Amino acid sequence: MATTTTEQLGGYGQSVKRKEDPRFLRGKGTYIDDIKLPGMLYMDIVRSPFAHAKITNITTQPALDIPGVLAVITGKDLDAAGLAWMPTLMSDRQMVLPVDTVMYQMQEVAAVIADSRYAAADGAAAVEVDYEPLEVVVDPFKALQDDAPILRPDREIKSNRIFHWEAGDSAATDKAFAEADVVVEQDMYIPRIHVASIETCGCIAQVDEVSGKLTVWMTTQAPHAIRTVFSLVSGIPETKIRVISPDIGGGFGGKVPVYPGYVIAVVAALTTGKPVKWIEDRSENLQADSFARDYHMKARLAATQDGTIKALDVVTIADHGAFDAAANPSKFPAGLFSIATGSYDLETAHVEVDGVYTNKPPGGVAYRCSFRVTEAVHMIERMVDILADEIGADAAELRFKNFIQPDQFPYKSPTGWEYDSGNYPAALQKALDQIGYQDLLREQQEKRERGELMGIGISTFTEIVGAGPSNTFDILGIKMFDSAEIRIHPTGSAIVRIGVQTQGQGHETTFAQIVADELGLPVDNIIVEHGDTDTAPYGLGTYASRSTPTAGAATAMAARKIRAKAKELAAHLLEVSADDLEWVDHKFQVKGSPGSSKSMAEIAFAAYTNHPQGMEAGLEAVSYYDPPNLTFPFGAYICVVDIDRGTGMVKIRRFLAIDDCGTVINPMIVEGQIHGGLAMGMAPALLEEISYDEHGNIRGGTFMDYLLPTAMETPAWETGRTVTPSPHHPFGAKGVGESATVGAPPAIVNAVVDALSHLGVRHIDIPITPWKVYKILEEHGAAE
Amino acid sequence: MIPGQFSYHAPATLPQAIALLGEHGYDAKILSGGQSLIPLMRFRLAQPAHLVDINRIDGLAYVREEDGALRIGALAREADLDAEPLVHERYPLLADAIAVIADPLVRNLATVCGNVAHADPANDHPAVMLAYRAEVVAEGPSGRRVIPIDDFFVDTFVTALEPNEVLVELRIPAPKPGSGGAYQKLERKVGDYAIAGVAAQIVVGADGLISEAGVALTNVGPMPIRASEAEESLTGRHPNEKTFADAARLASDAADPVTDLRGPADYKRAVTRTLTARALQRAAERALS
Repeated sequence: MATTTTEQLGGYGQSVKRKEDPRFLRGKGTYIDDIKLPGMLYMDIVRSPFAHAKITNITTQPALDIPGVLAVITGKDLDAAGLAWMPTLMSDRQMVLPVDTVMYQMQEVAAVIADSRYAAADGAAAVEVDYEPLEVVVDPFKALQDDAPILRPDREIKSNRIFHWEAGDSAATDKAFAEADVVVEQDMYIPRIHVASIETCGCIAQVDEVSGKLTVWMTTQAPHAIRTVFSLVSGIPETKIRVISPDIGGGFGGKVPVYPGYVIAVVAALTTGKPVKWIEDRSENLQADSFARDYHMKARLAATQDGTIKALDVVTIADHGAFDAAANPSKFPAGLFSIATGSYDLETAHVEVDGVYTNKPPGGVAYRCSFRVTEAVHMIERMVDILADEIGADAAELRFKNFIQPDQFPYKSPTGWEYDSGNYPAALQKALDQIGYQDLLREQQEKRERGELMGIGISTFTEIVGAGPSNTFDILGIKMFDSAEIRIHPTGSAIVRIGVQTQGQGHETTFAQIVADELGLPVDNIIVEHGDTDTAPYGLGTYASRSTPTAGAATAMAARKIRAKAKELAAHLLEVSADDLEWVDHKFQVKGSPGSSKSMAEIAFAAYTNHPQGMEAGLEAVSYYDPPNLTFPFGAYICVVDIDRGTGMVKIRRFLAIDDCGTVINPMIVEGQIHGGLAMGMAPALLEEISYDEHGNIRGGTFMDYLLPTAMETPAWETGRTVTPSPHHPFGAKGVGESATVGAPPAIVNAVVDALSHLGVRHIDIPITPWKVYKILEEHGAAE
Repeated sequence: MIPGQFSYHAPATLPQAIALLGEHGYDAKILSGGQSLIPLMRFRLAQPAHLVDINRIDGLAYVREEDGALRIGALAREADLDAEPLVHERYPLLADAIAVIADPLVRNLATVCGNVAHADPANDHPAVMLAYRAEVVAEGPSGRRVIPIDDFFVDTFVTALEPNEVLVELRIPAPKPGSGGAYQKLERKVGDYAIAGVAAQIVVGADGLISEAGVALTNVGPMPIRASEAEESLTGRHPNEKTFADAARLASDAADPVTDLRGPADYKRAVTRTLTARALQRAAERALS
């Protein structure tokens, strides 16, 4: 019998073409807005023009007078049903519709239900709302002052401080700073940004008039968690709630929260008895849905004169907007920000974060970032460069000097994490060699002498992903395990159902590859389903690069359970003891007798046609995987920029990303993840920002001013890889979806600052716009 | 992003279109490429009661050189001009501008005449037409009239067109020997309106001196701006770095920008200076090649 290789099966490490792509590339995906139900109604939402105001009156009649408009739902209507507020994942509460006060511009104020999308829009424009403006608090620092108005009088604690959180050792850190030769300090702001996924949020809510079962097709990254929360809030048993997350056009963390629109649509379906569709338009998505970042950090590094970093101290004000509707694990109000010591072996560290209410939409979404890791990485990678500048060290040399060394793993960090594995010097050395670092330094020197501005920036980041171990990680008490269920059909094909939900990650392909390799079945014979709470096993969903570390592990473990039973079946078929069998070349063969073997397809057929007495028929398994630790992907990125002295425009000439995500399932998909992540990392570094004026009016609320990069802005990314498998993951994978988003911004900023460092520039807050750079050039007499 | 209600008209002839415009006056808007109007309607920033779609009118989608001018018909798309070798060979300023307007998808539908008729100071063609000293041909109930480009722009989004007139043609004077032009635009990203844009068109005479100059600015004021003093400073001088630097300073002085998300006003003035010098440099290279 011919051996079946991993390559032939489409197993680990194979660039199998994505199973999803034929339908996506032909425009045949099924997104929420593609679903049309008989008699379906449409909802549009009236939104507040004010950032903080009393609602004194709502006149709905002009909307109801429009042909096709059937109902207008207000906060008072919801309040009567006890639904004006809903819980958030962070144990705060959030208005579904306001009863008397709006908290931010574009907040939902009322909903119009109509028999067409157009009538709904006209109805929303016709609802008359009277407002009495209140004092607006935009600045989180002002929100913490004693004279600031209390934005959330509904809370027991009369303060705009949501939480105070600390990690590390404050006393030891103070001591290290007091004794340090060198201390560098920098204020940094990471502005608000928005995930701006290509598909906006929306849902269809339908109530079966006979059974009373509620089905909600919705844009969610976590259908099971949503169903459980729906059930807990409404009292409806989970058997009567079905959440379906069909094809999703990008999530990036923005589709983890529960938005008011979903809840109102469910109420509308319940009250009208008809299916109700709600699809946000682009402006609503960009201006009202949860935001990311918005971190004001004050960071300090303590070091010896020769550049040994001793301690880190970071004090942070986090602007969470009007409701703490972030989606962090419950015990982590500031996410995994305490990864802030990064790839460096520090003696001690202390980080603290205060979450603050302001009159802005909810913030704190983990935008393609494993819970505040982007902010932490930006800070530490900038601080290392600032220290290098202070002591006159080379940015690469300083990193080599301070890296956690390969023999230190598992490494206990000063803030309490246990890094599973890593080889930081190897990754950086590979990056330096591949990009030709010494040549670039020479070129930069020559250019400086001619008055040209060129910069080289390095980022050697460590990620922390795969939440997470049940002893620490839960969301509202639900532990953050994940799951897989595999059923092998008699003819050797298989269906895999997983607890995580793909939004473009390629799960239908990569999870099939896991099963293909673990069980010796061709990848084409394996289908993967997910996203339907009635059929998929329970899981916490896809975000924070957790799918492969958790559900991917569960899939491998379920496959191995099947393999264990298959071994018994093979022993039966080959009339030998199971102990005499070994798994070789993706089949069971009798030890020392390669001619005597059984493939998984033969075994599967026997499981239904010829199973031994005393053994259950069938071949299937379920695994709920509770990861023993998080995984710690890392990378070394180098960016080269040129700056136009006449305009301040920064051009990324080269960008090299060396990533290490452990074992790679599908190199092509990893490459795609890196490319997409790099573009999403470049965006906030150079282009994207959502800001507000003093009245709380959003600036940059359309794609005219919220500058998503296109293919024209993105450079030709160069990539490479080192492989340091995770020692605790069943097949050594670490997760990769967010590495590039996290690692890229500081590489770019470091490059720009490096280009200007000879002028005395040490830091520029992102986004680095042309006018900011030009102003610096003018101030230093370097403008053209 | 759903527009309000409106009536849609699709006349088959220009006289029908003009009659509809006459009937509905300021309540009507002409739909040609729709790349500015439709977004405004979707945001409900514009809510015209009547749309007069001129796309079904034959004979307006031309671009040709005739009687000493490049004639651009009302329905000639940006992409049509981009595909026309004549435009690239003889009207490089125009070709430069087309390449940096929005993105290819928009350029497939957007019309050059619509870009001018919309009179958005952020649009690129108004400055291009000013630099070329183009003419606008308008047709109304009593026939056609020719409007010099300097008389065309009246205010932000306001032109010399009567509500019952259609901009049917733009005329760019055919280049004289020694002509060269260039458009320089700084944008935050592809598809954005300009932080600043500069259109330059010059003629270098047989004596090696600049004999004619057109310099105009995009998105640094409430209207497209002709940098008259810069133009005057160029005339009669050698096309060199010093000449261009002087003109660039004067162009920068002519700019009247506001501070917005594209940058502070003084930054936009500085960029105008940089871009003017670069546009003139490129124009001169083309004039002399």
